[in-house]
Amino acid sequence: MFTIIRDLSRHNMEFLCGLLLFAVIVGLVILSYFSPYGATDIYLLPPDMPPDGEYWLGTTSRGQDVFWQLTIGLRNTLYFGIGVAFLSRIISLVVGLVAGYAGGAVDRVLMAINDSVMVIPQFPLLILFYFVLKDNMTWMALIVIMASLGWSYDARLIRSVALGLKTRPFTTQSVYSGMTMRKILVEEHLPYVLPIVFATTMNNMIWSIGMEITLSVLGFTDIETPTMGMMIYWANAHSALISGIWWWVAAPVAVIVILFLALFLLSMSMNEYNDPRSRLNRMGS
Amino acid sequence: MTPYLIFVLKRFGQFLLVVFLGVTITFFVTHLTPIDPVEESIGAITQMGQSDPNAIELMRQSLRELYGMQGSIWQQYLHFWLRLATGDLGPSLSAFPTPVSTIILRSLPWTIGLMTVSTLITFVLGNAIGALAGYYRKDMVLKAVSLVFIAMLPIPYYILAFVLLIVFGFIWPVLPINGGYEMNANLDLSFALVTDILKHSILPALSLILVGAGSWLIGMRALVSNIITDDYVVFAELGGVPKGKILRSYIARNAMVPQFTGLAMSLGAIFNGTVITEIVFGYPGIGNLLIEAVHAGDYSLVLGLSALSIVGVAAAVFIIDVLSPLIDPRIKVE
Repeated sequence: MFTIIRDLSRHNMEFLCGLLLFAVIVGLVILSYFSPYGATDIYLLPPDMPPDGEYWLGTTSRGQDVFWQLTIGLRNTLYFGIGVAFLSRIISLVVGLVAGYAGGAVDRVLMAINDSVMVIPQFPLLILFYFVLKDNMTWMALIVIMASLGWSYDARLIRSVALGLKTRPFTTQSVYSGMTMRKILVEEHLPYVLPIVFATTMNNMIWSIGMEITLSVLGFTDIETPTMGMMIYWANAHSALISGIWWWVAAPVAVIVILFLALFLLSMSMNEYNDPRSRLNRMGS
Repeated sequence: MTPYLIFVLKRFGQFLLVVFLGVTITFFVTHLTPIDPVEESIGAITQMGQSDPNAIELMRQSLRELYGMQGSIWQQYLHFWLRLATGDLGPSLSAFPTPVSTIILRSLPWTIGLMTVSTLITFVLGNAIGALAGYYRKDMVLKAVSLVFIAMLPIPYYILAFVLLIVFGFIWPVLPINGGYEMNANLDLSFALVTDILKHSILPALSLILVGAGSWLIGMRALVSNIITDDYVVFAELGGVPKGKILRSYIARNAMVPQFTGLAMSLGAIFNGTVITEIVFGYPGIGNLLIEAVHAGDYSLVLGLSALSIVGVAAAVFIIDVLSPLIDPRIKVE
């Protein structure tokens, strides 16, 4: 694991940049635990103060310090993305490995469901869930809903690898030596697909965090928990841009762009690492 | 039966399954929750002053009938399918008694127009730049242009649209930033109206194109750089075939084929993209309608829009899937 990271950061500029940007994000998240203000406290500070020495990024119209609010919001957003990615990885691994290994009718049924989930329009469905749940729309509920929508594409990817693994001699050998299907999948096949799982995790986080921001900005999530999207929601609700309180909007937008660039660069370099042809290309040049 | 016909039938079965699962999810999500739309509407009406218990009971009965909410949940489920099949989605609550289908049909052309045109422009632009960037690897201008498009990929759509709004709405106000046409426009078909509609569609379309072109570009560039090492391309170059001709008829043509298949997936995402675009730019399509319906608590309109978007997306993917073997000889029809 560490040798991979060392090799990647030595030979791959994108990976290094992504890692550095991600370190900035992690740093901010760690700082959030030292925040002098509570996450949902409002009207504590003089409102609408521009950035200066005391309030590094100014204050909001709701009397919050933008910097500390930003760290807490970023923490919730990041944990949300990790939660969705983790849950949906489990679903996609189970579906992909089982479908690829079992084949036949099991494969057909699983893939039919998989393809259906793939084309179902997610955004209207998410709005529908909000419409029905309203005040019961907690972050846990949203994580579960998003995870059950976001696994299908990666399950197909994993299945395609599992199909190849099934025909390899070591699988036949495991079958003849009496391993159960569960054991073969977990101990023999899982290690082969893990690199793909890591790469798709980044993409899944980009997708889920993007959705969270959009839903939050529209006010379709739990508006009490501060996240990146919620910050923009409140800034919009107070028409921050029109009244010239630009720092309230600029700060979350800047951090969002950093976060997305970091995830994107990491996923791109991971993909390249997984593809031996482009790895050779890079070494040659 | 020919293999192609079997393939079409299989895909059609898939299409039916998607519609079945999607509509079933939509139905049960809305019915297995504590919120009762009839009680909600009754609550809204009694708040406005109506309080005669007999009249309210009568109203409750007729609303249950209108929403198709009589009997057990399975009877309701069956009833919902029957009504969906006949295109009757019940009356809208916020614009009572206009049928939901009428309201949706009013907004649908805007969405379809905006989304198809911008999807096609995105497809052509992304693939053209991608092919050029893949072939002329050393060209600095192409490198810079592709970098700009790729850098836009990870930024959430909402943020990019926001930037466009600020730039063209406040800093350099040349384009209308809200709505589909001028407020007091004369809606008879005229040249002025057409240019007005086009002007209003520039910003939403531009935002969609900027966000979407990058992924086509990356895919095309990778395809082209794989093809240029193929023997027939090397042979053509050694034989002195003009570079432009090699790119056009030898490389781009072969690389385009898998890209067409990818078009199905992007069509599938249309309804995801359109909701956000239309809200940000106040465009009068079904995305905006959905949000208004959610805010107004218009149960039947939300249900109808969700069902429609699932059927629409599934149908689009089905059509493209069925057409793709005709375009791409490499897709095996089993």
